[in-house]
This record gives sequence, C-alpha cells and structure tokens, in this order.
Amino acid sequence: MTVTEPNPTDTTPVELVTLTIDDVEVSVPKGTLVIRAAELIGTEIPRFCDHPLLAPVGACRQCLVEIPDAGNGRGMPKPQASCTIEVAPGMVVRTQVTSPVAEKAQEGMLEFLLANHPLDCPVCDKGGECPLQNQSLSHGASESRFIETKRLFPKPLPLSSNVLLDRERCVLCQRCTRFQSEIAGDPFIALLERGAQQQIGIAPDVPFGSYFSGNTIQICPVGALTSADYRFRSRPFDLISVPSVSEHDACGSAIRVDHRRGKVMRRLAGDDPEVNEEWITDKDRFAFTWSRQADRLTTPLVRNPATGELEPTSWPGALAVAARGLAAAAGKAVLTGGRLTVEDAYAYAKFARVALGTNNIDFRARPTSKEETEFLAAKVAGTPVDVTFADLERATAVVLVGLEPEDEAGTLFLRLRKASRQGVQVFALGTHTTRGLTKMNGTLVPTVPGQEAAALAELAVSPGTIILAGERLATIPGALSAVATKATESGARWAWVPRRAGDRSALDAGCLPNLLPGARPVASAEARADAAADWGVPSLPDEVGLDTDAIIAAAASGELGALVVAGVDVDDLADPALARDALRSVDFLVSLEVRASAVTALADVVLPVAPPVEKAGTFINWEGRQRPFHQVLIDAPALTDVRVLAGIAEELGRPIGIRTTAEAAAEWRELGPWDGKRIVFRGRKPAAAKTAAGKVVAGRVVLDTWKQLIDGGRLQDGADFLRQTAREPVLRASEATLTACGVQPGQRATLTGPSGSASFIAEAAFMPEGVVWAPTNSGVHLGAALGVAHGGRVSLTGGER
Amino acid sequence: MSTLKETLWDPVAGFGVTFRTMFKKPVTEKYPFEKVPTAPRFHGRHQLNRWPDGLEKCVGCELCAWACPADAIYVEGASNTEDERFSPGERYGRVYQINYLRCILCGLCIEACPTRALTMTNEYELADDNRAALIYEKDDLLAPLLPGMLEPPHEMLISDDHHDYYRGKSLPIVETTSGPETAS
Ligand code: SF4
Ligand code: SF4
Ligand code: SF4
Ligand code: FES
Repeated sequence: MTVTEPNPTDTTPVELVTLTIDDVEVSVPKGTLVIRAAELIGTEIPRFCDHPLLAPVGACRQCLVEIPDAGNGRGMPKPQASCTIEVAPGMVVRTQVTSPVAEKAQEGMLEFLLANHPLDCPVCDKGGECPLQNQSLSHGASESRFIETKRLFPKPLPLSSNVLLDRERCVLCQRCTRFQSEIAGDPFIALLERGAQQQIGIAPDVPFGSYFSGNTIQICPVGALTSADYRFRSRPFDLISVPSVSEHDACGSAIRVDHRRGKVMRRLAGDDPEVNEEWITDKDRFAFTWSRQADRLTTPLVRNPATGELEPTSWPGALAVAARGLAAAAGKAVLTGGRLTVEDAYAYAKFARVALGTNNIDFRARPTSKEETEFLAAKVAGTPVDVTFADLERATAVVLVGLEPEDEAGTLFLRLRKASRQGVQVFALGTHTTRGLTKMNGTLVPTVPGQEAAALAELAVSPGTIILAGERLATIPGALSAVATKATESGARWAWVPRRAGDRSALDAGCLPNLLPGARPVASAEARADAAADWGVPSLPDEVGLDTDAIIAAAASGELGALVVAGVDVDDLADPALARDALRSVDFLVSLEVRASAVTALADVVLPVAPPVEKAGTFINWEGRQRPFHQVLIDAPALTDVRVLAGIAEELGRPIGIRTTAEAAAEWRELGPWDGKRIVFRGRKPAAAKTAAGKVVAGRVVLDTWKQLIDGGRLQDGADFLRQTAREPVLRASEATLTACGVQPGQRATLTGPSGSASFIAEAAFMPEGVVWAPTNSGVHLGAALGVAHGGRVSLTGGER
Repeated sequence: MSTLKETLWDPVAGFGVTFRTMFKKPVTEKYPFEKVPTAPRFHGRHQLNRWPDGLEKCVGCELCAWACPADAIYVEGASNTEDERFSPGERYGRVYQINYLRCILCGLCIEACPTRALTMTNEYELADDNRAALIYEKDDLLAPLLPGMLEPPHEMLISDDHHDYYRGKSLPIVETTSGPETAS
C-alpha cells in the first residue's frame, strides 16, 4: 500500500470568527452555526430539526434566539432560528439565558408543538429519552393552556413492515425525510398536506425500501417513528446500554446494544465520526435475534457410535472425545469462517500450528484462489491503517471493483455517497448501474465478470484516486494483480473490502495456510522461529498448508482424517456439493458453532460457542482499524472459541497457552506484526479474454452475483420484519440477452448450472450482452442451487423449471 | 425521699384508673373472629381491572413495575393478535406478578398506571407460609367477571375503535345533579 501523504485539508489554518453570545466572547471557525457556537460556551439552545449531520432547514423554529447585532451594527427585528444562521464577526447573540424575548419565544414554540402532541409519554417508546419531553421540562411552560380536542390520526401508519409512524406525535421537524434524501438517497417519505393536517407520508404503492430506514427512528426527536420490533417492548430507562460493534459487515460500525433481563431488546447506531458517523444499516440495527433462535446450541454434543445420534455430553467429556479423535486422525485441517474476532481467530491460528501441527487453516468460507491467498498474505495482512473512511471524502475519485457497497458494506456506501455529494467521482466496474451506484451519482464502467483486470488496466486513474477491491475478485484471474499494478502505476491508493466482519481479523491473526499471526510467512524460517519462540514451542510446521478449496478437496478424497470447522455456511463455499461430501467423508469432524447448522448435523463433536453479544473481542474492519467491543450479556454462560480450543489443546497435551479473550489479545499484540521479509506477491496475468465473453453462446451467459444486504443469511434469522423489507429478488440482463434466451421481461426466467437451477422474475437492464445478474442468496442460494459462483457460466431460459 | 402524697395517695389513684377502665368498652379487635371493615381507601391487595366487556385494561406498559419502590412487580407485555385479543389496542400484559413479600402497599403503582388497570382493594389478608404463594399471578389479581363480561381472549365488543374504550363508551352514564360539584 502506498504511504499516506499529509492531507492538505489537515494543515490549512481555520479562519476564526469572533462573536458574543450571552455576553461571552467566543471565537469559532467561519461558517459555524450560531446554535453550535452557543454549545461551545456551554449553552444548549433547545432544538428539534437541527442535526449536525443534516443540512440546516429551520423547520421547527424551536431554537429562536435574539440577535441585537448581526455583526453589521443592526439588529434583527424578530427572534431568529439559531440553527440556520451562520456566525458573523462582531455578532451579538442573546439566547434564553440572557434574553427574556428568546425565552418567551422558545416557550411559545413548545406550546405550539404541544398543542397537537398527545400527552401519552407514559406509553410512548421515546418517553425517557425524548428531546420533546426533556425540552418541555427545561424550556416549556409548566401548565398547559390547551384544553381543546387534539388532532387524531389512525395509528400506527406502517411506512414499512419495520418502521411505524404515529402521526399525531410528529413535530414535523423533517429529520426523517432529510435523512432519507440527504444521507441515504432513498427519499421514500415526504411531508404531505398542509396546515394542521401536515404529516409525514409515503406513497401508498411504493414500500419504504431503504436499507437505512432504521436511522430515522433513532433521529426522530419524538416518538413518532417506532420500530415494529421494539415498539412497546421496553423503556429507555430499564435498558442497560453497552457500546459494541456490528457483526454484519466489514465496516466495524459502532452500535449501542440495549438489553435487559439477559435479552437484547434493540440496537442503535453508535456515534463514531471516524467510522460510521451516526448511521448504520437496517441489518446492523434489526438483525440481532439470530443468536437466540430455537436451534441455538447450549450443551456439547457427541455422536454416539452405537446409535449414530448426537447426544448431549459434559464439557470435559466432549473435549476429551474431540481431543482423542483429533489425535488419532492422520491429516488435519481447520476452517474458521469469517465471523471470528481477532482473539478467537488467533486462537484458531495457534491451535492449528501448536496443537494440531498443521498449516491447513483458512478463514475464507467462499470461492478463493491461489492468487488471492498470496495477495492477502503479501499486501493486506497485518498492514497498518491506510485508506480510511474519511480519506474517501478527500479522494479525487473512488473506483469500485467487484464491490457493491450498498449491499456488501452499507456504512461504506453512506460514506461514499457523502463523498460523492462533495464532488468525489465514483466509478464502478460492474455489469449494470445499480441503485446504489445511482445514489452515489457514480459512473459505470461496463465490465463483464471475469474481465475486471482488463477493464481496470484500461481505466485512466489519477494519483488521488482510491481503488476499493471487493472479495469477489478472488476468483477472477488477474483482478487482484491488476489492482496492485494499477495502484503502483498511477500512485492511487487502494483497500481490500471483504464482506464479513471477521475476515480481516482472521487474516491478521494468521488463519491462512501460508501465514502465521502478524503476517509472518510460513515459508520463512526466521518468521517461524520468531513465532515459535514467542509461543514457547520448539518448532512450527514448515510446509505451507492447504487453502479452503484444497482442504475440501482433500477431505472429500479421504486424504484428511479430521476437520475442525467454525462458523461456516456450506452453501457459501465454492462447491457446496463437494463440501457436503467432504464433511460426510472425513473421519472426524469437530464443529464449533453457535447454532445448529449443516456442519453440526454431520459433526462427530459439536461444541457450542458464544455469539458476539455474549463475548468480548475485537473485529478489524476493512480499513485495518481495530474495533474492540465488550461483552454485552455478561451473565451468558457460553464459552468463547478461545476457551474451547484451549480445552481441546490441553486434552491433546499440547496446550496453546491462552484461555481467555484477554490473554489471546495480549499475546497477539505482543507478537505484533512481522518486521522481516514479507511474502512477495507475484502478479498474475488476466486470463486471455475468451472470445465468448460478452456474447450469448447457446443460451449460456456469464453470471454476475452478490449477496444483497437483506437476504437469506442466517445472521438475519428471527428478524422477520427486517426480512420483509428485502428487495424483490429479480434477475437482470440486457434486453437483447433476454430475447436471445427467449425470456420475456417481467416473466419468470430460469438459470441452470451444473448442480441445478433457480428461477427469478426477469428484468431488462442496461447491461453488456451475455451477462446475467441475480442475487446470491435471496430465496435461493445460487452457490448451492446452480453450483456456479460469480463469473461462472450458466444457461438462461424462459419460464420456470 | 418521697413525699407523703407519693407514698400514700398515688398507689390508690393508680388502682382507680384500673377500676374505672373495667367499666369501659374494650378497644381490642377480635381479629380473626370478627373482621372490622377497613377505611374505604385502605391500601390492600391489588386488582387488575377489566373493561365492561371483560377485556383487560392492562396494556403491559410496565410503568407500575417502574414506579414500585420495592421492585415488587414483574410485567411482560405481548401483542394482541387477530385471533387472540386480551385488551383493546395493541398490547396486553401477558405475565403480571406482584410479590407480596416485597410490596409495601404504598400505592405508587396505582398512581403510575395510565389506564387505571391497576387499583387496590381493601383486602389485607396477605400472609402465607411459603414464598411462592405470596407471588400473585395475573389470575390471582384479575378482577372477577361481572355480569356481561366475557373471559378474554375475545374481540372488542364495545366498539371496533379502541379509543372508544378509553373515552368510556358504553359505561353506565352517571347521573349528576346540577349545581356545584362536591369534592369527593
Ligand atoms: S416523524 Fe419524527 S423525524 Fe419525522 S418529521 Fe416527524 S418528528 Fe420529525
Ligand atoms: S403498592 Fe407500592 S410496593 Fe406495592 S407493588 Fe405498588 S408500588 Fe410496589
Ligand atoms: S397495570 Fe397499568 S401500569 Fe402496570 S403494566 Fe398494566 S397498564 Fe401498565
Ligand atoms: S432547530 Fe432551529 S429551527 Fe429547528
């Protein structure tokens, strides 16, 4: 990666403006709003519509102040909304603290707002954390003079299955509509009607199809917007709030988890200006019930050889059986999946090397390639933070390769959209202009899957550009090499954006066949000796291990005697059918899982482990930033992966020396990144452009696919209201392609691959010929159904099969 | 040294009090053989009230539990469904418990209840020999079904609009005499 250059915006001196607020002189940067200048001297002016991340509108008029001198010697005749007025040199402002006029104006505004606001705080979800409630107490009149009947609306009005609106509580501040149009770019809701009937509404036939709709609930300053999931479930003051990090994508978004009686009740966006600002996706917000589904594993299970059934066992018993089975097996391998914290991943990395004596370990539960293995080891693992969220705003352009941020990294999408609104150009190498790309005002560089390398090579890239490479590039020969080459040639910076929260953690912790923790190359004797010394073992296995695909192949052919598998969804692997075979045919299968899965069903020993809410840990996001989080449910009895692996290792007689998350973290930090020679990345040539690319050949087309944000993923189980807001799964192809394959737009069409077929409603889109796009896991998992991954070939036919 | 009065007169005076009391009506109550009614607003066992059609008034809002200084109340709300309706509106109290080993009968919960679902009766016999019996469940606390009331779950019988319940629709109209209202 390139070295971060000092950014010009960081060094330009800020122009200060001096004004007087409540007789206190204060200097603030030019362009500051009066309401925020007042905050600096400790005066909080009441407000509803004002939000630091939204453009000022002055909709609620609550923040009125008196301005006896606007900086030009003349005063403003009436109280002014301080959230829309910028400071001026010599300005004099009197807030409610020193001005009876401002105080009376604010009191009057509150009385107006309360005229139509129901006094139902006792049964309102916002009661206890409500700006209207708080500000009525601090700035409002103590007695209500309004005795007439209040305005009533039928309630609640469902904006979507997830977001419900109680219109009579709304104070028309427009935070929700402004968020949707300014930040998310999904203006589905708007102010309707006039006068007393003015209300937030939505078109009757268009659902609130935004991935970020939950944020409106959080920023609504009253209880008008509620979530179907949380409505009337508990009150702010009986919740215990714990800051945490979302486990749903590689952004590492800060969240706040509210729980009570040992149960998570809701999740809110945390406030981290460096990462997610104050926004999260609906998946981050609403998908948290997955870990308390009925199939949650609570006790260790061991397969009874006589009956062939899994039977509950004690922990010592299960650990002993696991250790015995592993000791007896000939070849061993570990698949960790991409959901681990760095501490847990480190434990797996050490467990494989020290306890199992193998380098057969891989975190990638998806199609991979040798090129990617080498690329990650050489260029990504253990590197310090380079490209950050904030850098995206300062780039001249951002190029997305094999990445659809709206679906795969929602918070990154919001930041890119923000950047694009500030003039950063977004280019996407893809098959079609997605809704996300439209919202980022981006430019499509039409690229047939498989041709990313060539397309990137041709693209003119300026030095201030940032290239974001998605994990789909793994299977495109030469694509990751092209990213590296392009960056070196043009001076652009780049980052690898995986999909899962634990991908980067596992990489840095050494869950790769050619890498020890801290990017120590397995092949380097020095690096091995360094790690071995730290771990207090005489030596470490020196042979580079097998990657995911090779592990599956070896297990299926009977070369491996035992597999240790953590959170892996079999359907996500390159060849799900072969993977199932492998799991079935391997002699001894140990599964560490939170919930029963296709792997636990075949396992010989199932060891339940804690989901993220029941343990502490650290995720590393795509930037390389460490995102530590605390244990939310502290009384939860579940064990961490570290503890379970330590147990097996002790039974094996080859202890890994760490038992707790804290110990693992300390040891991993102490080991630190490798300062010796790193693995060298030998770039690959892109596959020779097949003549067939971009053509329909005998009804066969190239498949472009990714997972949509809200889909069939197991981490969304239980979030039924969220699932109902998923986008309608459709299949997209150009009109010519559809016609060539005999498909009518709007009708069902079927994709067929080696292992079967899947059908969707077809939609015509502006796309290169010979390409079809379909969601990976919306209703049907394409990997399992077709046996084809992104960039593969499928046949497209009309009708349903 | 005590005076002559103290030595001679005071003992006689003392017995005089005893003697006079023998002819007075005793104040001792013969509980439990005779039960004296409490003051009308005595704070006794709680009651969960019903609407005139038998639906429950409690909406499971937990405010009573929050108001309770002794942490004696446990509530778990749930949503009414089309086929299973316990109260008008969206929510009802699925689990409702008061632990009378903790309750100090202060009545703060009654003040907190936004629906008048929770009130107190005059029943004061709250003693038992085991803990479990003193944790009153919803069944123990629900008001008895009066004539015209049906045991929930059932649909809203008074009106399709739950607001009508809160506005008091179909409740017997109370005759008021014209003239200044008397404080009750
Ligand atoms: S629903 Fe809430 S956020 Fe939206 S305008 Fe009304 S009060 Fe403001
Ligand atoms: S009477 Fe007082 S102590 Fe008893 S339940 Fe109500 S609030 Fe709690
Ligand atoms: S009794 Fe009243 S305060 Fe308590 S949960 Fe029911 S409605 Fe709420
Ligand atoms: S906060 Fe200033 S007008 Fe709303």
